[in-house]
Amino acid sequence: MLISVRDQFGKHLAQIAKDDSRVLALDGDLGNSTRLDSIEKETVDSFLQMGIAEQNMVGVAAGLASVGFQPWVCSFATFLTKRALDQIVVSIAQTNFDVKLVGSYSGLLTSNTGKTHHSLDDIAIMTTIPNMTVIAPADASETVAAMKAMHQTAGPMYLRLTRDETIPSFLADAEFEIGKGKTLAEGTDILIVSTGSTTYRVAEVIKQMEGVSIAHQHFPTLKPFDKELLLEGARKVQLVVTVEEHYIRGGLGSIVSEILSEELPKRVYRIGVPDRFLGCGTDEELLAANGLSVEEIRKSLSNELIRLR
Amino acid sequence: MLQSNDQLKLTATVLRKRILSTAYYKKQGHVGGSLSCADILVSLFFHQLSIDPSNPKWEDRDRFVLSKGHTALGLYATLALRGYISEEELKTFDQYESRLQAHPDMTKLDALDMSTGSLGQGLSAAVGMAIGAKRLKKDFQVYCLIGDGESQEGQIWEAANIAEKYKLDNLIVILDQNGLQQYGWKNGDKRLNPECYGRRKFESFGFETWEVDGHCMEDLIAVLTEVKGRQEGHPKAIIANTTKGKGVRFMENNYVWHSKAPNDEEYIMALTELGEEV
Repeated sequence: MLISVRDQFGKHLAQIAKDDSRVLALDGDLGNSTRLDSIEKETVDSFLQMGIAEQNMVGVAAGLASVGFQPWVCSFATFLTKRALDQIVVSIAQTNFDVKLVGSYSGLLTSNTGKTHHSLDDIAIMTTIPNMTVIAPADASETVAAMKAMHQTAGPMYLRLTRDETIPSFLADAEFEIGKGKTLAEGTDILIVSTGSTTYRVAEVIKQMEGVSIAHQHFPTLKPFDKELLLEGARKVQLVVTVEEHYIRGGLGSIVSEILSEELPKRVYRIGVPDRFLGCGTDEELLAANGLSVEEIRKSLSNELIRLR
Repeated sequence: MLQSNDQLKLTATVLRKRILSTAYYKKQGHVGGSLSCADILVSLFFHQLSIDPSNPKWEDRDRFVLSKGHTALGLYATLALRGYISEEELKTFDQYESRLQAHPDMTKLDALDMSTGSLGQGLSAAVGMAIGAKRLKKDFQVYCLIGDGESQEGQIWEAANIAEKYKLDNLIVILDQNGLQQYGWKNGDKRLNPECYGRRKFESFGFETWEVDGHCMEDLIAVLTEVKGRQEGHPKAIIANTTKGKGVRFMENNYVWHSKAPNDEEYIMALTELGEEV
């Protein structure tokens, strides 16, 4: 059965809130888009409407956390991480409060809303904040597992979600441990590293590639990053490729490049959104235009393999 | 802790001296704004707040948020007088890894209910605490001291909006309306700061409001006593008209004293003005 990441997010948060009265959901007037509305339907007392005012919403969460609640603050990723960045840093991260920040509609896939709504820098922004944990699950099942871990672990955390409705629960292992990556395929020619919603498309690419031995690692936690797993995988291959629905600079590709340049110099080929603003478009158009559709990722890999040989 | 108004006034004078001596010793600190809110801090910490210095994290204590976090100096000097920290520790103000950071850091000093310093953020946190208190069915009050300068930040009004919606009659905002800020309007006498109409603004956001002379201890005590426990369903705002640098004539209404420490001569002059008997 196909359940989207956002549907599963809303459903599971409602469940957590039912079981734990400390959990409160703060909405910035997007509950019916982010699916935070599930919580209002199921346990109305746990839902707080903060209106279209992200800075205040983050500050209110800090105050609630200071008196013992665990607020989950939800908005579109771009508004939450940029409009309220100083508030996140000062009121949430410096205080080390147990506040969960949920950036729904991350990346490119925001339903034809255009560049005002794309969130292509949130990994860069959020991973630079001390005390902040950054999590980007690949599918609905892993989202639930990640939310369970977030609920049980105190501290400021950012959950990066996608609006994509087409990703099935494809991971064989939906277990999740904060700070741990997962090896999805073993291989000796190249290692592909991915995170969040991109992992599904990479897995589809690998199914189509013949005559090449491809390893695939998925990192649902971007901070703290599972350096050991990356080094273990990178040692076995000639080339490391990163793929992400984020600007090519500042995200997963940068994290991987930094680690490898210090510990295991190796060529890294990064696939991500170039340094430019984009127009609106369908999911398919935007992914294709930025080299992130299954077809385009496959083409890039084929070209890199030719260079390798 | 109940002091008579005369005792409170004396305490406020001692507080002003501590503010000045700490700034003089450290050669820095936001003196002007700390002096403008000195009487307010005394009226809160020595009369109004239900707190216990021997148990700073007492669950049912009233909360206090210094939203205008740059006047941490005034707050620390108050906490020293109230017995949370020693007079000696005041000397560590603004030093590397001191509990007394230049801007309040609750992770260092457990007497603080919130970390602040980037202006406009404290009131939102206070709103969160007040919503939390209602949900927990706790009687504690949440006091938030804001500046008129920082009220130029839109977040203050985002917070005010929500305070009305959630009927936070356990939230008491005190506006230190001194008319001056670091550089913006400069002439405090003429009240050029566009945020100097705090009462009108908070009223329009659904607050129950009072306007007092923020240096008249009797008025401060009277209004704080009146607002406490009033359960009318409205958040409350006390507009305290104050003078930046209050108590030291050459500092009063002079924007250069926003963040400046006195030199030897100025320090002696200031202490003389404040009287040597305390």
